[in-house]
This record gives sequence, C-alpha cells and structure tokens, in this order.
Amino acid sequence: MADHTLDAKGLNCPLPILKARKALKEVPAGGTLEILSTDPGSVADFAAFCRQTGNELLEESVDGSVYRFLIKHTSS
Amino acid sequence: MSSEQKSMSIIVTKGSLDWAYPPFILATTAAAMGLPVTMFFTFYGLPLLFKKLDLQVTAAGNTAMKMPMMGMHMTLPNLMTAIPGVDAACSVMMKNLIKKKGVASIDELRDMAVEAEVRLIACQMTMDLFEYGKEDMIDGIEIGGAATYIECASQADINLFI
Repeated sequence: MADHTLDAKGLNCPLPILKARKALKEVPAGGTLEILSTDPGSVADFAAFCRQTGNELLEESVDGSVYRFLIKHTSS
Repeated sequence: MSSEQKSMSIIVTKGSLDWAYPPFILATTAAAMGLPVTMFFTFYGLPLLFKKLDLQVTAAGNTAMKMPMMGMHMTLPNLMTAIPGVDAACSVMMKNLIKKKGVASIDELRDMAVEAEVRLIACQMTMDLFEYGKEDMIDGIEIGGAATYIECASQADINLFI
C-alpha cells in the first residue's frame, strides 16, 4: 500500500509529472507515491523522471486505460 | 538527483496560444526534474508575462495546422484565414480542445513555473520598443537584456530558442 496516491487521470502532459513532483514533496524519504494516469505518454515520462531525479520506480502496470506507477521517494 | 546539476535556459520569442506551450511545458517539467530554469521573454514572447493573458491562435500561414472535427481533420484554406472572425473561431476551438483533452492552460503552467522558482526575465529592449512597463507584468519577474541572458546561457547545459 502506497503512502500517498495521486489521481492524475484525465490530465495530459506535463501535468501528471508536475503534480507527481508536488505530491512527492509530501511523501517522507523512503515513502512511496502511487500515481494513476490515463496519459499513455506517462509510461515513458515517469521512467525518465525517475532516472533523472534519482527516485525509484518500483512498479508500473496498466489496467484497461489506467496506468499505475509506484515511486519510492529516495531523492529530493 | 544526477551527480552533476544540469540547468536550462529558454528564449521565448512567440506569444500565440499554440507557441506558448513548448516553452512553458519544458520549463515546468525541467524544474520538476530538478533543473534550475531561466526563461527570457523577448519580442512577441513578452506578452506571456502580462498579468492578463489573452492568447489567440492564427491559421494564417500555418499550413500544417489541422483541427480534429467530426472524426476527421480539417484544414483551413489560407485565403479563408484573412476573413475577420476566423482567428477568433480557431482560438475558441483550440481552447475547447485544450480543456477537453486535459491539457493545462497557459495560466496554469505559468503559475506552476513561478511556484517552481523558474527565473523569468523580461527583455528591457522589447518593453521599450512596444511601450510596456513592469506594472503590466506579473510579480516576481526580472528585467534584463542580452548580456543577462548570455551570462545565464553560458552556464546552462541546455539552451533553447523557441
């Protein structure tokens, strides 16, 4: 179970990333953030976001048209 | 965070509804990814710093522009773009699409840029040229010229001209 969940469904680039960045600030170091998105571009973008920022992409999955990402807050 | 800190600068030269997107999308995203970002607003990009944004899109000369309509993509013959009201109609259409597709408004992206401490610089020469004052602009901006930008760009890893 994630510490926080961000519902970014219906939002388009770059809003899921921008809102995730904000939400991640509320997650204590070592905690996790779950993001739900319907933007197919967010698959590549959350991977890039995590590589660049050093936060860890623990899980990603898709259920119908909803993408789910689980990010561990490992870096500011 | 990557081992070495990267930074980015963008020269913003266009202020139409469509052209306002790339600089604000890239600036806010780069800031979210930990990069310090500077935006330098010059010529027709300057109005993107105005307190009240009134952005329009024009189909004139924009031959690649196609709008989705009733399951098809409609292109506007160039001659028609000169008819009064066509630009206004295009702008309304684009704004409706933006809302419908969950794309952020420029106001929203600009607020997020300010919040993320993106450095916003208004070009002094453009302000003189087109007779605008600092009171026309949102709070928190800086005013500078070419040297201000060059100093910033010489230290940045990514420099874009949009």
